[in-house]
Amino acid sequence: MSKQDEVWILGINMTKFGKYPDRDIVDLGAEAIQAALKDAGVTMDDIGILAAGNLMGAGGIGQMLQKQVGQTGIPVYNVANACATGATALRTAVMAIKAGECDYGLAVGVEKLAGAGLLAGANRAEENDTWTPEGRFGAVVPVDGRIGTATMPGVFAQIGMEYGHKYGGADFELFAKISEKNHSHSTLNPLAAYNKEMSLEQIMNDMMIAYPNTRPMCSANCDGAAAAVVVNGATLKTLSLEQQRRAVKISASILTTDPWQEACQVLPDVNTLTRNAAKTAYEKAGVGPEDLDLVELHDCFATAELVHYDNLMLCEEGGAVDFFNSGATWRTGRMPVNVSGGLQSKGHPIAATGIANIWEVCQHLRDECGNRQIAGAKVGLAHVIGLGSACGIHILEKSAA
Amino acid sequence: MSEPIPIVNYLVLGEEPHLVSHECRNCKARFFGRRNACANCYGTEFEQVEVATTGELRSFTIVAFAAPGVEVPFVSGIIDCGGTSVNANIINTKPDPEHVSLGMKVQLATYSLGTDADGVEAIGFGFEPVEAA
Repeated sequence: MSKQDEVWILGINMTKFGKYPDRDIVDLGAEAIQAALKDAGVTMDDIGILAAGNLMGAGGIGQMLQKQVGQTGIPVYNVANACATGATALRTAVMAIKAGECDYGLAVGVEKLAGAGLLAGANRAEENDTWTPEGRFGAVVPVDGRIGTATMPGVFAQIGMEYGHKYGGADFELFAKISEKNHSHSTLNPLAAYNKEMSLEQIMNDMMIAYPNTRPMCSANCDGAAAAVVVNGATLKTLSLEQQRRAVKISASILTTDPWQEACQVLPDVNTLTRNAAKTAYEKAGVGPEDLDLVELHDCFATAELVHYDNLMLCEEGGAVDFFNSGATWRTGRMPVNVSGGLQSKGHPIAATGIANIWEVCQHLRDECGNRQIAGAKVGLAHVIGLGSACGIHILEKSAA
Repeated sequence: MSEPIPIVNYLVLGEEPHLVSHECRNCKARFFGRRNACANCYGTEFEQVEVATTGELRSFTIVAFAAPGVEVPFVSGIIDCGGTSVNANIINTKPDPEHVSLGMKVQLATYSLGTDADGVEAIGFGFEPVEAA
């Protein structure tokens, strides 16, 4: 790959995740952008494209943010791809650079989700006086709760339980232990929405949402933003040695959707598209799972983290339970997963997540992660999945400069 | 008296209630909803086929917290009905991990959703455990 084809992260930032009752998505997104520009050592004058993600707002977040940080007339791409929105924004900027349209790009994801409560596929509408078939299935009543569940905790519970049925060993306690790990990891992350250690007993005895997912085993709704400045390799070579040293190489930027599978019409298949994305990412980056020093994966629920150990090929096929039980995915293990605290404790402001997980990996690769630094980290992987479905995977490598 | 109406158009009522699916004539992929083309092979010809009324519970969750108006707890399950995956509630058994287990045999069952202002009864469906003989 020539320097011109390489794309690097030059600057990146995430806001603290949490509750911001007095700040809107524009405030939060602007904070992340300005901090990412500062981190990169560039200004809006340098940026040739802005890709912006926000899922719950009214649309047009990119232009709204330009008005806060600099209206330079560059193209804006407002992107939406469920929980993969942030990764999609970053990949959009990467593609513009690879296409040679500009030297620098900016990607941002922002969400206000604190207090949003349960995220369901569809809310129940008022019922009619007479049965009236509606929608593509001619339903005479809302089907959520009558024909399965449309809620995210329930959908992902079924995804984890399906893995348990296929390979065995995955029970309520096992899933709760995964959550215990991520809550423990978050105690070292000052930017996490929650920093509380939680015992296995506390997690299992907390409010049940959708068995086997209790409340702390679900991603935490919160507010937050993250932004990244990307640059091509040739331009990076012209920058200061300090900028080159801190830059992080994007060795693979992959986006997939779910190919047809027999059961995907009744239960989203989050496995095949993740496995496909991982295979392609490892191939493009020229690294294997054994080369990874840390992984930030999409633990929207404890039940999801388990299946992605397998999908990302961090373990042998069918071996995710033994892999977790070996202690490998704790920050002290051989394959630390979600040392940020993950979506369960760091939080999940949807569109920000796909850049925030890359920020986490970058901080370790730059050796700037303070007391939660994974020592000597050189290669990391960030993964997100959005139902529907879309999977984004980025493999990141420390600069040799 | 009016004929009862099914909760969704892929439930067929009558003597032996069952689910039906649109099956691609070319690759046999099955879809409960109508498709412009098969998601697997892009074929455009489908025929309506019956889905087996018994199956094995491949996954489930017990939903304890749901959108307003949804009665909880209930069990949502993924059932393998002779190679066709179906999503339905597991009914006629207690919604707890002692009464619902992975791999259990289940069968289609229907129940009344009530009667509307015109006196028409709507019929829902779920899957219930097959009692051991």
